[in-house]
Amino acid sequence: MGRYATKRLLQAIPILALVSLISFGIMKLVPGDPATVMAGPGANPADVENLRRTLGLDKPFLSQLVIFYVNLVQGDLGRSLMLGTPVTDAVIERTPATLAIAAYAMGLTVFFGLLAGVVAALRQNTWVDQIVSSIALIGVSLPNFWLGLVMIVLFSVQLGWLPTGGYVEFRTDPVGWLRTATMPALSLALLQIGLLARITRSTMLEVLRQDYIRTARAKGISEFRVIMRHAMANVMIPVVTVIGIILSVLISGSVVVETIFAIPGIGSLLGNAILRRDYPLIQGGLLFVATSLMVLNILIDLLYAYFDPRVRIDGSA
Amino acid sequence: MAAPDAAVLEDRPARVPFWRGPTFRRLIHHRSFVIGAILVSIVLVTALIAPWLDLPDPNRLAIRFRFRPPSGEFLLGTDNLGRSMLSRVIWGGQLSLAIGLGVVLLNAVFGVTLGAAAGYFGKLDGPLMRFADALMAFPSVLLAIGIAAALGPSAMTAVIALAVVYIPRTARIVRASVLVVRELEFVQAARASGADDWRILRQHIMPNCMAPLIVQLSFVFAYAVLSEAVLSFLGLGAPPTTPSWGILIAEGRSYIREAAWLTIVPGVAIAITVFGLNLLGDGLRDVLDPRLRVEQG
Repeated sequence: MGRYATKRLLQAIPILALVSLISFGIMKLVPGDPATVMAGPGANPADVENLRRTLGLDKPFLSQLVIFYVNLVQGDLGRSLMLGTPVTDAVIERTPATLAIAAYAMGLTVFFGLLAGVVAALRQNTWVDQIVSSIALIGVSLPNFWLGLVMIVLFSVQLGWLPTGGYVEFRTDPVGWLRTATMPALSLALLQIGLLARITRSTMLEVLRQDYIRTARAKGISEFRVIMRHAMANVMIPVVTVIGIILSVLISGSVVVETIFAIPGIGSLLGNAILRRDYPLIQGGLLFVATSLMVLNILIDLLYAYFDPRVRIDGSA
Repeated sequence: MAAPDAAVLEDRPARVPFWRGPTFRRLIHHRSFVIGAILVSIVLVTALIAPWLDLPDPNRLAIRFRFRPPSGEFLLGTDNLGRSMLSRVIWGGQLSLAIGLGVVLLNAVFGVTLGAAAGYFGKLDGPLMRFADALMAFPSVLLAIGIAAALGPSAMTAVIALAVVYIPRTARIVRASVLVVRELEFVQAARASGADDWRILRQHIMPNCMAPLIVQLSFVFAYAVLSEAVLSFLGLGAPPTTPSWGILIAEGRSYIREAAWLTIVPGVAIAITVFGLNLLGDGLRDVLDPRLRVEQG
């Protein structure tokens, strides 16, 4: 296990280096003079010059790169132009809301995705399967932010059940949190539920064809137990692998969904940064999110290897 | 479809036209492929023939007709300036689909080139795939947003940003098939008979890697249409003067209380397109490449 963990961590280092290089490179894509673009139209030349100097854009390319890495190692992602605070602080301050909604969406995804997938597989080729499969496919075809808007029309404007936006922290008011977090979490989750249901269904169908399932049935174990204990253990394997992907898509979706529902998370922070051309914040925010997801994926892989010895022995994870 | 060489591995003689071969027969009997193909064709053809459809000008203002709900006169209603939503959605589709196709095209060119290079030339494999891994470490839409934000809003920006996001994924798939086909006997035979790398790749390897590529491209088209809507919604796509579906949703959002159809209609257009493409991709995958069953995000 120790060897597998070391190998996995070592593999991550070059990718992490490249990820940070790509984040650095994004600011270099700005056509023309980044300082002029960031200062906005109508800024006076002195301000532009000032901005150029504070961002270090007047220095040669290589020293910019070195400064970027020296700061990065110390956890310094630069300073946000619109907030005037360090990017690291701004991002960390916004993390809890994004995480809370992502966790809620993840819970919904795993519960409904597994349920729908298992039910569809057990009733293969019946109308139940048809309906679940069709809904799953429609689910992966909808833009999630549009789904959020449709829910606002339905549950806020028409029925008046839920507020159109805003956010209440779970610690201060759990019911208020549920009222504000449910629509965003649902609009993020629906797409993923479809995806997970499709994967669960096809895996379950494969697992049910295995010999050990027939053995379990032959032993006279109840069908419920065969499914829940014997089949599910192996169905969970691909599910665990896609959780990393699902999380990545959830975070991607949060930019627009948080903007629509006015949730103070990383997503809406980045959305604002785009509108205000706050490149240090965009760059730092992207790097922060990508790195956190990588770390999380490594943790998932290690957990996976811990529970499934085959992974760490043949290393095919 | 592929050149006649693609037939080499198939159980049919070479030079049978594609539409008379067994693959085509299996496709037209595959229900989701047929439904998907019909939906996608309807959407594409409508967008193509928009100029000849005798629709009201999508940009003609008619304030006295503003906020008309869908009715016989205005099939999909009118917006805040009295413009026909039917016209706007059809014309908007032109842009959304063009951007999607642009992404597919760039994916076909660069995904194949980079994937084939990585799969065939061992020396390039490590560096290219590490770089692909790094690009894929970013949440896909987030990376596209970052690139588009840097390049500045335009339709071309959206195409480039989305292509950069999906090319590593396409290249990975091409690489995986090249790695398999490279080791097959007929490739060894070609090499023994003195064919150079270029000829081996072009004539012998690539035609046998088409199936997973075509499947992947149909899904890239679907993802691109979805993600383009996100970019446009955030103001990172084409300018509002040429509204794509994403921009129409963003515009409709301001009037969501009094005119919900402005938001709903363009979203339904996206959903029909992407649903069709997903059905099409599922069908292609079942028929062309049944091994490829794992989904990817």
